[in-house]
Amino acid sequence: MARYVANRLIQAILLLVIVSALGFAILHLAPGGPLAQFAVSSQMSQEDLARVTRQLGLDRPLPIQYLDWFGRMLRGDWGRSYRDGEGVLTIIGSHLGATFELMATATVIAVLLGCWIGVLGAVRRYSLFDSLATIGAMIALSIPTFWFGLVTIYIFSVHLGWLPSGDRQTIGDGSVLDLLHHLIAPAMVLALVETAIWGRFMRSSMLEVVNQDYIRTARAKGLPEWRILTTHALRNALLPMITVAGLQFPTLLGGALVTETVFTWPGMGRLFLDSIGYRDYPVVMGILMFSATMVLIGSLLADILYAVVDPRIRVG
Amino acid sequence: MGAAALQSVQLAPGQAAWQRFRRHRLAVAGAAIIVILVLGSAFGPYLLPFDDTYIDIMRRFAPPLSGAHILGTDELGRDVLARLMMGGRVSIAIGIVAMIIAMAVGILVGAFAGFYGGVLGAVLMRLVDAVLCFPAIFLLLALAALTEPGLMTTTVLIAATAWMNVARVVEAQVRSLREREFAVAAVAFGSSDLRIMFRELVPNAMAPIVVSATLNVATAILLESYVSYLGYGIQPPAASWGNMLNNAQIYLTSAPWLALAPGIAITLAVTSFNFLGDGLRDALDPRMNIP
Repeated sequence: MARYVANRLIQAILLLVIVSALGFAILHLAPGGPLAQFAVSSQMSQEDLARVTRQLGLDRPLPIQYLDWFGRMLRGDWGRSYRDGEGVLTIIGSHLGATFELMATATVIAVLLGCWIGVLGAVRRYSLFDSLATIGAMIALSIPTFWFGLVTIYIFSVHLGWLPSGDRQTIGDGSVLDLLHHLIAPAMVLALVETAIWGRFMRSSMLEVVNQDYIRTARAKGLPEWRILTTHALRNALLPMITVAGLQFPTLLGGALVTETVFTWPGMGRLFLDSIGYRDYPVVMGILMFSATMVLIGSLLADILYAVVDPRIRVG
Repeated sequence: MGAAALQSVQLAPGQAAWQRFRRHRLAVAGAAIIVILVLGSAFGPYLLPFDDTYIDIMRRFAPPLSGAHILGTDELGRDVLARLMMGGRVSIAIGIVAMIIAMAVGILVGAFAGFYGGVLGAVLMRLVDAVLCFPAIFLLLALAALTEPGLMTTTVLIAATAWMNVARVVEAQVRSLREREFAVAAVAFGSSDLRIMFRELVPNAMAPIVVSATLNVATAILLESYVSYLGYGIQPPAASWGNMLNNAQIYLTSAPWLALAPGIAITLAVTSFNFLGDGLRDALDPRMNIP
């Protein structure tokens, strides 16, 4: 086990180095490089620009700059926002709560609903429910999240007036009920794609388990069907879902970005888009690196957790 | 019964695949919808009396089915149907061209990684893993923000965020195919590496490649809609399904039809390509068909 974890950890660190190199390359792809925003300002002369370039060490060879940049990233110095000079990590941190709130709620909805749909689809394979669920999942995966958000706003906010059309809370109203009221629509929109993914994986995982010998043994013992499903099949079918949680994490993050823009949700996705609008490259790059790192850690945790619950993995 | 069984055995592989495909009704429906969308976007604009960029301030926000504007007009009085068709050209073209670029890159990377393996393979596949760490929309928006928006840039950037899965598929295929007899025989004949890779191995992996190409079009159309909706893709006055939804949220209360048509078009196109890919998978890869 320790060897597996160590091995996986080394892989992850290696990947982090490549990810950071990519991030650094993208930053330098920017027209004018990292100093682009100063170059357009008329208050800076060519000499000023050259001096800043020297001061920031941008005249050094790229590999040296990269090592310096990577070192600072590791130490938590992710640069400062062009907009207000705030530290990039501080800014990201202040928006993370809203994003996590949204992602966690959507995940809970998606896991419960998706697993239920998947199990039912597998148990009643090729039934009407199964076919409808399969088609529904495909459509859910094909609907642009932002458009589904617009439709939701139109139906539930504009037409019925049941839900607020955006923001995280009503200003001046700090009650939990108000927060929940604002959370419903964006969480449902984000949960749609997630539910489809979880449902599809749950269905195939359940189908795999149901055909195993030990299920036949359980049937032969005369156990009631619901007990076979819950204690024998479901528990084993849920194991691979840990991997799904890791796999769909990038989708979840990307979906959160789009959902946040539609519902003016004050999270990291919204911040990302605002920062792009302001050409605030340090924050843009910070969020890009932050989300990639989260994905990396997510898949690492999923792999390790899977190895903990399923000993067969550790050998492979 | 015996005759029917014999007949199905004797079918040529292509015919068998076609029969399997035909049984997948949703895939057939998807293919039909794609044909309709492509033909509609290609020839539809010639049948309409309106130009997609013609601004008619006097007839802003005409609701659908009012007068000559079948789908109504937008905030500048432009005909929504004309824009939908012209937008379809852009969105479908981006989907297909981005797919072709992504396939080329993915096949190249996958073939080299799978064929040579070792350090080169490891480096290439770790690069694939690394790019996959970035959520596609984040990466696409960041790159789009750094470059000048336009048709070509948007297409290339979408391809740049969508080639990795193809590379994985091809790498796995090539890695296993190169051990097979025909590949070994090609080596014995003294064929060059490139020839073995692209004349022997990749053609034999065509089934999964075609499937992933189809799904790739769906992804590309979806990504175009995201990036154009957010304002960093296709720029007005040119229409794309994504940028038609750009202002839709502002007018959601007063002119909800502006949001309806492009959204349905995107969903229809993406769903169709996804179902088509699904059907092709069942048809071309009988091994995955075991119930």
